[in-house]
Amino acid sequence: MYETQYHRATSVEGAARLMGEAEDGKFLAGGMTLIPTMKQRLASPSDLVDLRRIEALKGVKISGRTVRIGAVTSHYDVSINEELAKLCPAIVSLAGHIGDPQVRNMGTIGGSIANNDPAADYPSALLALEATIITNRRSIPASEYFVGLFETALGSDEIVTAVEFTAPDKAAYKKFPNPASLYAMAGVFVAKSGDKVRVAVTGAGENGVFRLEDAETALATNFSPSALDGLAVDPDGLLSDMHASAEYRANLVKVMAKRAVAEIANRPM
Amino acid sequence: MGVEGVGARVLRKEDRRFITGKGKYTDDMFVPGMKHAAFVRSLHAHAKVTGIKVDAAKAMPGVIGVLTGKELKADGIGNLICGWMIHSKDGTPMKMGAWSPLATDTVRYVGDAVAIVIADSKGQARDAAEAVEVTYEELPVVVSAVAALKEGAPQLHPEAPGNLIFDWDLGDEKATDEAFAKAAHVTRMDIVNNRLIPNAMEPRATLGVYDAGEDHYTCWTTSQNPHVARLVMSAFYNVAPENKLRVIAPDVGGGFGSKIYIYPEELVCLWASKKTGVPVKWVADRTESFLADAHGRDHVTHAELAFDKDNRIVGFKVQTIANLGAYMSLFSSSVPTYLYATLLSGQYDIPAIHANVKTVYTNTAPVDAYRGAGRPEATFVVERMMETAARELKVSPAELRRKNFVRSFPHQTPVIMCYDAGDFDATLDAGMKAADYAGFEKRREEAAKRGKLRGIGMSCYIEACGIAPSAAVGSLGAGVGLWESAEVRVNAVGTIEILTGSHSHGQGHETTFAQLAAERFGVPIDSVSIVHGDTDKVQMGMGTYGSRSGAVGMSAIVKALDKVEAKAKKIAAHLLEADEADIEIKNGDVRVAGTDKTVPWFQVALAAYTAHNLPSGMEPGLKEGAFYDPSNFTFPGGCHICEVEVDPDTGTTEIIQFVAADDFGKIINPMIVEGQVHGGLAQGIGQALLEGTHYDDSGQLLTASYMDYTMPRAQDLPSFNIMTTETPCPSNPLGIKGCGEAGAIGSPPAVINAITDAIRNNDLAMPATPQAVWAAIQAAK
Repeated sequence: MYETQYHRATSVEGAARLMGEAEDGKFLAGGMTLIPTMKQRLASPSDLVDLRRIEALKGVKISGRTVRIGAVTSHYDVSINEELAKLCPAIVSLAGHIGDPQVRNMGTIGGSIANNDPAADYPSALLALEATIITNRRSIPASEYFVGLFETALGSDEIVTAVEFTAPDKAAYKKFPNPASLYAMAGVFVAKSGDKVRVAVTGAGENGVFRLEDAETALATNFSPSALDGLAVDPDGLLSDMHASAEYRANLVKVMAKRAVAEIANRPM
Repeated sequence: MGVEGVGARVLRKEDRRFITGKGKYTDDMFVPGMKHAAFVRSLHAHAKVTGIKVDAAKAMPGVIGVLTGKELKADGIGNLICGWMIHSKDGTPMKMGAWSPLATDTVRYVGDAVAIVIADSKGQARDAAEAVEVTYEELPVVVSAVAALKEGAPQLHPEAPGNLIFDWDLGDEKATDEAFAKAAHVTRMDIVNNRLIPNAMEPRATLGVYDAGEDHYTCWTTSQNPHVARLVMSAFYNVAPENKLRVIAPDVGGGFGSKIYIYPEELVCLWASKKTGVPVKWVADRTESFLADAHGRDHVTHAELAFDKDNRIVGFKVQTIANLGAYMSLFSSSVPTYLYATLLSGQYDIPAIHANVKTVYTNTAPVDAYRGAGRPEATFVVERMMETAARELKVSPAELRRKNFVRSFPHQTPVIMCYDAGDFDATLDAGMKAADYAGFEKRREEAAKRGKLRGIGMSCYIEACGIAPSAAVGSLGAGVGLWESAEVRVNAVGTIEILTGSHSHGQGHETTFAQLAAERFGVPIDSVSIVHGDTDKVQMGMGTYGSRSGAVGMSAIVKALDKVEAKAKKIAAHLLEADEADIEIKNGDVRVAGTDKTVPWFQVALAAYTAHNLPSGMEPGLKEGAFYDPSNFTFPGGCHICEVEVDPDTGTTEIIQFVAADDFGKIINPMIVEGQVHGGLAQGIGQALLEGTHYDDSGQLLTASYMDYTMPRAQDLPSFNIMTTETPCPSNPLGIKGCGEAGAIGSPPAVINAITDAIRNNDLAMPATPQAVWAAIQAAK
């Protein structure tokens, strides 16, 4: 690791000010990607501004069916939130299966979506839930927030403060992990509210998370796994690497989508 | 056996310090004035080094020195060598290319060391290493051994035209051809044994200390064989004469073969310590370990197995191309030859075998012995062939094996080895019973109802351990003898120190070796200490690898114990005024058999050292040494059975059960043996399912971290069902065969045989990742 200056921010305003003063600073919101990258000397920020201790960014707030998750809420804290588990078990389960216990206790939802790793789990949930990403400047719909591989709509010193969504009637997330890293090689989040179905895919797209609109259409009229039997996922535009070819990923997307639908269909609530 | 003697399930003495974080590893060593090293490594897989500029690096904060290969050569430090001479079938010696510890004019793999930087801190050394400006002129790259043999392939070493190191034959080609001419059935297969990266928990590390006052060097190092390290660094690398070089391998966190070899780093750090006047420590980070530790396996094989009309094997032909990487590592030549082709007879009575092995240079990390070393490769070929032949012949895989088992011993194979003992029916029967092999088809049907593809596969392996009779290996080209030494020192109060040339890096020697003394003298193992890993303490030794510490290392201890016991009995007979032949040692008492005349063990020891009342002419003291040179290899064998369920939608394999029935001969500590088997199985299943090494065409290692290289995790493994049968080894005093590698040797073919049975497609390479299995299912549709 190269030498770097560590700052612990106590307010969003303070964090923005520290970043403005830094020569080449980075926000730290768990550091589950940034720190290993720095250790490998592949990143060398002059300053790290740690957001994780800002109390205002912590915690899950629920009013009615509206869910607001503070940006530095750890994956672990999301995974054990009982109120949220009643309202939207899919996101609780998703958080409980990110990485390993160390990652879940350090990593945060804001850190995850600001980094926007194409294999991260949260982006698929936020896209399928039509969530709003709230920053220190504005609110951004998820459909506009996730731009590409490690690319978001965030400005360079913009800070994610929370994500907000309306709990769907039903939802489920199924992922097939990369055997080595355990990141999603294909992760599919399915959300159903009334007749509206949203299917979002992570881990597989060349441009990061995307919606699988053919599946949404098919499921809107017949919400059952068999509705996806005829679904043809195009390998074009999917990632291809030593762990999974585009063809194999296309297959996994379909299989995970069917399993997510099956889980919803079989769930008592 | 006593409660702590031979056969007792004694808890490991060493685990208290390991699990409480009190182990002392090389990186825990601190000496006054110690500085830290970083190596400048090639980013190219093949390039000419056209210039190295060190001035900017030398000017960086905290930097003590920056040294290159030119200075190393100028000081007369020698090139690294391979210590086992192999001759090609035309009689020419193997063609070994020069391996400079720091490359001077050409780099040949990504990670090849070019310079060393020494600084006050590790961070400063790394910063400065990046400031060393090496200019390269890139050369064409070849990473596959098959491609490297093709005409026009990039040429690595001027000494080895066409990248061919040797073209070696074993067995009778003519007799094998004749057998094939009369064969009723021939099974043919192309088989790849995937390259593995060892990944010991503790990365390699070294601390080199030059003492100018004494003109003496001390090398702390993560070694499985510190005496061999000293021998090689003295005799071949010209670092220092043996009496001026102490090598210490303290606690070592796993080796698996990768810590047998003498790498550039330890000798460069020793030399650099003298050059800069400061002690120099280097600890590899994980990516350095991936890049620059010796890798394992990497064979491409074509095999043909011929049967007569009664399904008896009549001949076996094997052609293998073995990738040795960019340079010949210390024992690299022996692995695909005498540790591989000599095991191609498996558990079977095969009248004619012919093997041809070509070893090849490529722009990849050097390849050498890795847990099993040659024997997993041989077993994978033999057992994939047997299972495949059974499917082609439409007979039970178990019965085909049984029909061809060797049943009379000693059995001379056509490929050098003479099996001394074994009972292959016993392990096959035990394995099949434990796995309920007979009930499998019902389970397959039940799984099919759940949409799962269930399969079963077996592997009946044999290996050669207890490496090895010195004269025999000498005649085959080994540069060293492979005996072991031991010294038993009984202290004046009866406590015991056993000095051994074996080295424990996870095997539990501090417990099992102490159990020998406990068995012999009835003393508690807490009063027996095992001393190892230091050339100043132990006179000489050959170290630990090839499952040799039990069969060879303990046999040396037994010989030394024999001498101690004999002398103790003489002293006791004198003290008790009895006949020496009537003296027995039991439960810590030395007594005249059948009487109540006893003298406590500690008093015999005390008498030896006070020397007030010893038999006339006897020297004082109670300390004996012994060297043991085995008369043969040992031959552990067994039957592994794997049962899997494959999810056809994703290609995911779940191991439902894994049975290992092994014959290790006599067992000293069953708990430790079980641990060895568990670890070996984890590595073998890791090879079969998970561990794939990928270089891209430019020679960059794509799997250089755990983000891409899949190590087995607990969740990938079933709860193992293991058991042992016992035919004592007749070739050593304890009847031990060795157990350290069996799991890694026997398991891979069992796993692949099971998956290919499940998916009904035999064309499946390791690692059988979900993607590979899914693709094989699609291909079979």
